[in-house]
This record gives sequence, C-alpha cells and structure tokens, in this order.
Amino acid sequence: MEMSLLFLYNGLGGMKKAFEILDHTADVGIIAYGTDVEELFSNAALALFSLITAPESVEEKLHLDLEVSSEDRDSLLVEWLNELIYLFDVKHILFNRFDIESLTHNQLKATCYGEDFDPMKHKIKIGVKAATYHMLKLDKDGDGYKAQIILDI
Amino acid sequence: MARWQGQLIKIDDYRWEIPQNYKTGMRVPGLIYASRKMLESICEEQTPEQVANVAFLPGIVGYSFAMPDIHWGYGFPIGGVAAMDIKDGVVSPGGVGYDINCGVRLLRTSLSEAEVRPKINELINALFRNVPSGLGSEGKIKVSQKEMNQLMVEGALWAVKRGLGSEEDLDATEEGGCLSGADPSKISDKAVKRGMPQAGTLGSGNHFLEIQVVKEIFDSHIASIMGIDEIGQILVLIHTGSRGFGHQVCTDHLRVMEVAVSKYGIKLPDRQLACAPIGSSEGQAYLAAMACAANYAWVNRQCIAHWARESFSKVFGKSPEALGIKQIYDVAHNIAKIEEHTIDGRKLKVCVHRKGATRAFPAGHKDIPKHYKEVGQPVLVPGDMGRCSFVAVGTQKAMSESFGSTCHGAGRVLSRGAAKRSMKGRDIARELESRGITIKAGNIPSLAEEASQAYKDINEVIDVVHQAGISRKVAMAIPMGVIKG
Repeated sequence: MEMSLLFLYNGLGGMKKAFEILDHTADVGIIAYGTDVEELFSNAALALFSLITAPESVEEKLHLDLEVSSEDRDSLLVEWLNELIYLFDVKHILFNRFDIESLTHNQLKATCYGEDFDPMKHKIKIGVKAATYHMLKLDKDGDGYKAQIILDI
Repeated sequence: MARWQGQLIKIDDYRWEIPQNYKTGMRVPGLIYASRKMLESICEEQTPEQVANVAFLPGIVGYSFAMPDIHWGYGFPIGGVAAMDIKDGVVSPGGVGYDINCGVRLLRTSLSEAEVRPKINELINALFRNVPSGLGSEGKIKVSQKEMNQLMVEGALWAVKRGLGSEEDLDATEEGGCLSGADPSKISDKAVKRGMPQAGTLGSGNHFLEIQVVKEIFDSHIASIMGIDEIGQILVLIHTGSRGFGHQVCTDHLRVMEVAVSKYGIKLPDRQLACAPIGSSEGQAYLAAMACAANYAWVNRQCIAHWARESFSKVFGKSPEALGIKQIYDVAHNIAKIEEHTIDGRKLKVCVHRKGATRAFPAGHKDIPKHYKEVGQPVLVPGDMGRCSFVAVGTQKAMSESFGSTCHGAGRVLSRGAAKRSMKGRDIARELESRGITIKAGNIPSLAEEASQAYKDINEVIDVVHQAGISRKVAMAIPMGVIKG
C-alpha cells in the first residue's frame, strides 16, 4: 500500500492544519486534526466533502440537524461520515460547514450547512461510497486530536 | 508502507505457503498463488499479512487463499478466498466487500471486427445514451419500494419478467441470477433509499461496458461451446455491481458485526474482519441481506445487458437474434455462499467467502448449466481497459484445492492518486484511440485512475491460475470500445 500526502488543507484560521488526504492503493484516506474532538469530527467531514467536490464551490443555502449514535467514539466517527455519505448519495446535498453541538463517546448532534448538488455549479471529483473501519485510528495528538479514516470509493 | 518480511515456503513455482506458526492465532496456513516475479510485488505491501489475519477467523478450513491478483483490501485482501465450516465458523461482511456481487457478464455476437469498426463511434454513443452511467447516475427504470422488495428476492428474473432479457440469460448466470435466502426485512430503510434510484445503472470507478474483439483462442472446443468461434469476433463485457445499495448493506451489517464480535468473544487481529457465527442471528441476517444485494446486482447487469443488445440492434438495424447476441455467462466476484466441499476426504458444508475471486466449478458439477456440464463453468476475468480480458473454465483441481475458486482480474498496483500523477499531462483517451480503442467516459479526469499502469498485467495473472491448474484458459479478447461512468 502506498501512502502519501496529497495535500494539506488549512482551516480558515490558517494556522493549524485541518486535515490531510492520504493515498491508498484501492482507495483514499483522510487524516483529520482538531484542538478538541468536536473540531476533529468537523474537520473529518470537511475532508470528506473536499474529496467529493471543491469546498469553495459550495454555499450555505440550507442546513440540516443530524443525530448519530454508535457504540464508541471511533465507530461514531465512521457512522458520522457514513451518514453524510448517505445524505449526498440519496438527497444529493453537499455540505461545507458543520456545527458540532454536542458530542459524547457514543452520540453526536450537529447542524450541517450546505446546498443541493447542482451539476451546473459543482464538479464532482470522486464518489465516496463508505467510511470504513480499516486502519481506523483516533488518538490524542499533542494538545489536540488526530484521526485516520480510510474511505471506499 | 513497509515491505512484508514474513515467512513464505515455496510449494512449487505457483504456490507459496504462509505457515500456520507464522503468527500465534492462525488456525490454518495461508496459500498464495503467484509466480516468483508476482510474489515480489505482492510482498511490497502488507497484503500477505492480511492473508495471515484471515486465518485467525473461527471455523476456517483448509487454507486462507490468495489469488495472484491479490492486493490490499479492508481486513480481507482483495483476491482472497476463505471457507468456514457452517457448524462452528463465522461469516464476515469484510470477506465479501462493499460492492456485493460486483461481477461481470459476457455476451457473444456473430459480428466481426470488420463489421463493427466502421460503426464504433455510433455504437459507443448509442451505448452511452442507453446505459445510465457515472456518479450519482439514476436508472431508466423507476423502482417503487414494493418493487424493490420483489427485486431483492427474485434477482435477474425480476428484470426478465419486465421484458428485459430472456429465460436463457438466467440459465447462463451464476445461481440463475438469484441467490436464495434473500430477506428484505434485513435491509435498512437507508439501503432501500440508496438502491431505488440506482437500479439499472453502471456506476463509476472501475465499472465499465466494453466492446471486445477476440484475439486468441486457446481451446477451440470449449470456446465453440461458449459461442466463441473465431478470431475477430465481437464480444460485450459488462462489469458492475450493487452500487450504493450493496455499500449500505455492508456498512449496516458491519456495525452489527462490531457488536457481535464482543458478544461472541471473537478475537480478531483487525477490526475490519468483524464477523459473527454463521448460525447466529447476526450471521443469518447478514447472509439474508447479502443475498438481497447480490440479487440487486444481477438485476443491474440483466438490465444493462438488455440495453446493450438494444443499442446493437438499433445501430445495425437487425434484431439481437439476427446479430447472434447471446449471453455466455455472468459471474460474481464478491460473494459468500454456502457450498458443499470435500476436505480431507469428508464432505463438509462451508461458507465460501470470495472477495475479488471467481467461482470456478469443474465439468460435471451439479450447479453449472447443462450447456457447460461437459466443459466446466465459464470464468470471466477482465483486465484493465488498455490490455485484454480472458475467458477460462473451472477445473477439478480448483474444486479439490481452492474451494472451486480462481482469480477475478488484474488487481491494482498503483493507488488512484499515484496513477493520476504518473499519467499527468497525458491524454489517455487519445492514447487509447491511437491504439484502436474508442472510449467515452462521464468523468474524463478519473480515466487516469484506471490506466493500464495502475494494474498488474492480466496475462501474468492468468498464466499463474492456468499453470497452477485452478482454471484453464479458453480465449483472450482485447477492447475496441469502452464506456465508463
């Protein structure tokens, strides 16, 4: 398996990196960072949508409240991304901002902002089909947190 | 990632064993089919470690197998075969993969290269219009929730009943295009919602529809039984699976398995190997849901084959019958099935996981169509879009050694990103065109991800399975026109 850094994305603050994209033989992975777990979850979602389309092409025209639950924090991250993949696949919504309102070890409440996919406006880069448990990692990283998730495309 | 440094014992030129004592916890040894040259590249990644990890699964019998097209997957390697005793073994969604019943269907025609070449653009355009493809593509057939429930249970027959194909197609499909035991009550609302709009679509990524020209016939007797009569004859190959539906089924049931692993106290070296005892409610629910997704994929290929026939008919102004279009066979590449095999002289019912592997039953087997009883089950092995594809048949050796299984394709060697970088600045569509291959794709930039350089050479893969005796090559065809999502 080849793993290399494709690009770094710095959050709006410009100081801290928000996520990285990893190259994986059959698929693609993301490494998300956050000063806290909430930010980590938000950045992982941003990384996901940056793979699907150019984040700057997405405007905040609608918002959706989401609740996701799982068995533990690691699988909650996978389920969170899978919920967003599902919403894009079925409802064709692209998101570019995520407010994580509450987060426990197995439950998450968030408001997601974005707009309906418009083929005239948004160029779809790849179709992400699932977030996997493969090589899944969520750890403390210095003062903050870091997570690795492989996506099936 | 580091090179794999584990121990391999050479059995012969095409078989390499990972001994059971390589890792504590392995219940059986691993067995990799490869030439020495291919083994070199296989060991460049940690793929053999995944072969060893699969050997940890409860109830596994014989070997944890790896075909020569093996590459790194989630938990299970792609190109892996593992059989579990149904009495005390487990079933694992990771042993099937996300794209449940991703597979291929091959059609023969009586057309020749000389007849098709002048009309290739027209034909490719007709196919591109007629077969919905690409990211988020939605089907021409509108499927209601009620119909979705029927489709999951009936498989390809559902499409045939709606005039998309014939009974003859069903006979030339693995399992007759319908895996029994499908239970829609084990399917989530989410999976249904993803599946409904995508039925009858090709999808994107490595899925394709290809017009091929027969270039070589290795066994003319077997080839003629398949309707492959001469060099230059035109074939049609369809490669697709269960789309978002299969992915959601796998995602949903992996979650159930995550809980089951601790419930049943199963120790695993990798979380993605999550599984449950075959007889448990979780195991049975997965098998029933997987059958629904397998049937969905067969509906998908059935519809697409029908529209391909219609496209040929329109372009050549003759009926599909007059053009001699007939289905050679349809095989699953990602599936788990309950089968009877003989292990150490005793008959055993096992759940055979084939993830990126093809069933390869021999002549005389009860589960292959009458038409092929004398020669063995057709095995369809697509290569990448710039090289070639093979047709082979199953053998007795496969039956006695690899649970009636063989390879499934070329297998990736370069990640999508690396493939794209290596092709930077090159116009792949034009390069293919200059070699006589017309391509039409919904997403031109992603074409680079599927370039030949990204895959192993299919010729080497086929040589290994042929030499090892787990299948026998019959014919080889090269692409002339390709449509991709």
